Amino acid sequence: MTTTLLEIEGLTKGYPGVVANDDVSFSIREGEVHALLGENGAGKSTLVKMIYGLVRPDAGQMHLQGSPYRPAEPRAARAAGVAMVFQHFSLFEALSVAENVALGMETAPPQRQLAARIREVSETYGLPLDPFRTVGDLSAGERQRVEIVRCLLQEPRLLIMDEPTSVLTPQEVDILFQTLRKLAAEGVAILYISHKLDEIRALCDHATILRQGRNVGTCVPRETSARGMAEMMVGSAFAAPEGRGRAAGEVALDVSGLSLASPRAFGTPLRNIHFTVRAGEILGIGGVAGNGQDELLAALSGELASPPGAVRLAGVPVGASGPAARRRAGLLAAPEERLGHAAAPDMSLTENALLTGAQREGLLSRGFVRWGAARSFARRVIDAFDVRTPGPDTAARALSGGNLQKFVIGREVLQRPTVLVANQPTWGVDAAAAAAIRQALLDLAAQGAAVVCISQDLDELMQVSDRFCALNEGRLSDIRPASEMSVEEIGLMMGGAHGMEVAHV
Amino acid sequence: MLRLERRPQPSRLWTWLAPLLAVLATMVAGGLLFALLGKNPYEAVATIFWEPLFGEFASYYRPQLLVKGAPLVLIGIGLGLGFRAGIWNIGAEGQYIVGALTGAGVGLAVYPLDAWFVFPLMVIAGALGGWAWAMIPALLKVRFGTNEILVSLMLVYVAEELLAAMALGPMKNPEGMGFPGSRNLQQYPAAHNAEILTGTGMHWGVVAALIAVIFAYVLLGRHILGYHIRLSGQAPRAARFAGVRPARLVLTCLGISGALAGLAGMFEVSGPAGQVSIDFNVGYGFTAIIVAFLGRLHPAGIALAGLLMALTYIGGEIAQSNLGLPAAAIQMFQGMLLFFLLAVDLFTNFRVRLRKTEVA
Repeated sequence: MTTTLLEIEGLTKGYPGVVANDDVSFSIREGEVHALLGENGAGKSTLVKMIYGLVRPDAGQMHLQGSPYRPAEPRAARAAGVAMVFQHFSLFEALSVAENVALGMETAPPQRQLAARIREVSETYGLPLDPFRTVGDLSAGERQRVEIVRCLLQEPRLLIMDEPTSVLTPQEVDILFQTLRKLAAEGVAILYISHKLDEIRALCDHATILRQGRNVGTCVPRETSARGMAEMMVGSAFAAPEGRGRAAGEVALDVSGLSLASPRAFGTPLRNIHFTVRAGEILGIGGVAGNGQDELLAALSGELASPPGAVRLAGVPVGASGPAARRRAGLLAAPEERLGHAAAPDMSLTENALLTGAQREGLLSRGFVRWGAARSFARRVIDAFDVRTPGPDTAARALSGGNLQKFVIGREVLQRPTVLVANQPTWGVDAAAAAAIRQALLDLAAQGAAVVCISQDLDELMQVSDRFCALNEGRLSDIRPASEMSVEEIGLMMGGAHGMEVAHV
Repeated sequence: MLRLERRPQPSRLWTWLAPLLAVLATMVAGGLLFALLGKNPYEAVATIFWEPLFGEFASYYRPQLLVKGAPLVLIGIGLGLGFRAGIWNIGAEGQYIVGALTGAGVGLAVYPLDAWFVFPLMVIAGALGGWAWAMIPALLKVRFGTNEILVSLMLVYVAEELLAAMALGPMKNPEGMGFPGSRNLQQYPAAHNAEILTGTGMHWGVVAALIAVIFAYVLLGRHILGYHIRLSGQAPRAARFAGVRPARLVLTCLGISGALAGLAGMFEVSGPAGQVSIDFNVGYGFTAIIVAFLGRLHPAGIALAGLLMALTYIGGEIAQSNLGLPAAAIQMFQGMLLFFLLAVDLFTNFRVRLRKTEVA
């Protein structure tokens, strides 16, 4: 099948101060898996939002199967056969799968009928799913299936997937890819947004590459090297992180028998966690999000208190100390959620520098804030980590994800921690920023700090870790030297008790 | 079609403009309300805003501005600190009453002792009384996770009953010939919160309000506790990450606002009101909520807003007696101020865009 399904011509969309999309044209054929590739901030999201009717283009036009297509709202897009699976799920944890699906429908059939259809669709496409399970109990991969099944029930002609694999184990990725290939074989076009080059090479027929809102080229991913695509994406060659093979020193962080209940409903309790990290070493902790990563970070940063001996810093028990005391002792942390956890969105970068820098950077004198010192600390972070921002007075929420993440990591790294714990340090960050952040972690370890990197990005973990383990349902796997492991082994470690089976198609 | 778009940063201009616009909108809508009641809207609004300041009897009203403004500012400052942290003390009226009771209680207990330390002791007792009353919702929240809004509000009615019981019982004036109400503290020099400068309305409560404004300004802008208060309100998770202990912050903020409300009550009962009586409280604790928001939860703003609300109180009374406006209309007028402020506030974080309606 080679009929053109969606034709995009000269789409342009500007926001105050930036042009998100500038004269973007490309076309998607029926039954094609088309990749939309680009760094964060390259305009991928804006482009698909225009296709899905969430954003109205300033100029340009679209044709769907030859007739003009201008969706005024997502409902119109769905009616025209365009469906989208978002990166962040919009599911109610307390409701069942079928109830969640029903909520998204214009006219929902009775639960029993709907459940039967959900079963039918999920079996047809190899996405095992029980319609009556509560969403709160599902893994991220299973939740994504709910979203996909929800879309498939509409029998779409174009399915847009926004960074679908960022929350999946390699095995789950395999299942997803089989599903997508099957859909494509049936004539459904898939617009696949990602910045993971290997995936795109494995899955996609064509790729359109965006940079700074412009279409900078198209390619056939199978015939193009990952490096070539990366350079098109970034616009220039960037340095891959380097600097492994350090001599490990004394034990800096010792966690033993750490068990904690999660403070959140549907959170994952930590179950009897043991590990040690030596000075100069990076311990990678893999695992699919929602398996206790947030809880582990909170237990290490001091937000969750534990028995004193459960967390020891250079032999000294700190389990019962709060975040401020642990910072003073040299244990710093960078949480996953940038806005609202690692940084206060409406506060300036200066104020956010004070957030964790108060103790170690001497930003306080007798309880009074030395704003001048805080400001210059913020400026140092901005300069050292190449944070693109007008200055330290800018509100954190005005920064792009990558820039804010560089600020958040830089803020901790510049405080010369003895132990740094980072949760998903490059989540949702563009390739150049991710490379810079990984390099910073490697450099920090090279200077003798112990680093714990919690991540679900396998490439990242393989790149930075000296030793590797995985967190699964609040339990930590055995720790093994990263150099001895293959991606498949790591994937199995991460999948752990999920009992992933490859779909029977 | 109109559409709201989130601003990347809160607008500085609108932060300042919003209260002014809200006052203006209140004047217009209030004028309409007064017109519907058959009054000349221009005259009514002018009476409320102009008369107390520049009218015929302005020399009498102007001191009242300080007398009425001081408790509003004092309470508003405390509430503003809590509101900044996302801790909602709605029961300042109750803390105000209890502060008045404990403050006056000390004075009445040592009557007729004539010593310099009587008044300072009353001040401390008043602050402690308000603090203790606020500790009830604080401890319940910290210990059992109760909602401080409900508990503090309900305690207002408990405090009102307590006030009535005191005015009719233990604190009743033994020489009052059976009338309810305590001795008049204005006639007990050692306990009297007299005007510091005669004819200005300036009493110790005004001084305390001024100190509270400066204290809060320095606290919020320069001190780590003020930073933690702001951080907790804006991003609670980030605050815990920074090392703030939420329970301790709840105790601190409710404690400060309770103590300030108690102080306001104590200065009122020992000064302008003079005695513990059944109808001692006139709603300062509730109006202070409006004052806190009208002042953008900023100390200087709260000081200005307190004076503005005092103005509408005084102007409202003049309008009641001169034009025969019902008291409820004046209260509505004050309520509108908060309503419009919250409405206009939207523009601080959002901007309105005109969207051309497109043909599909």
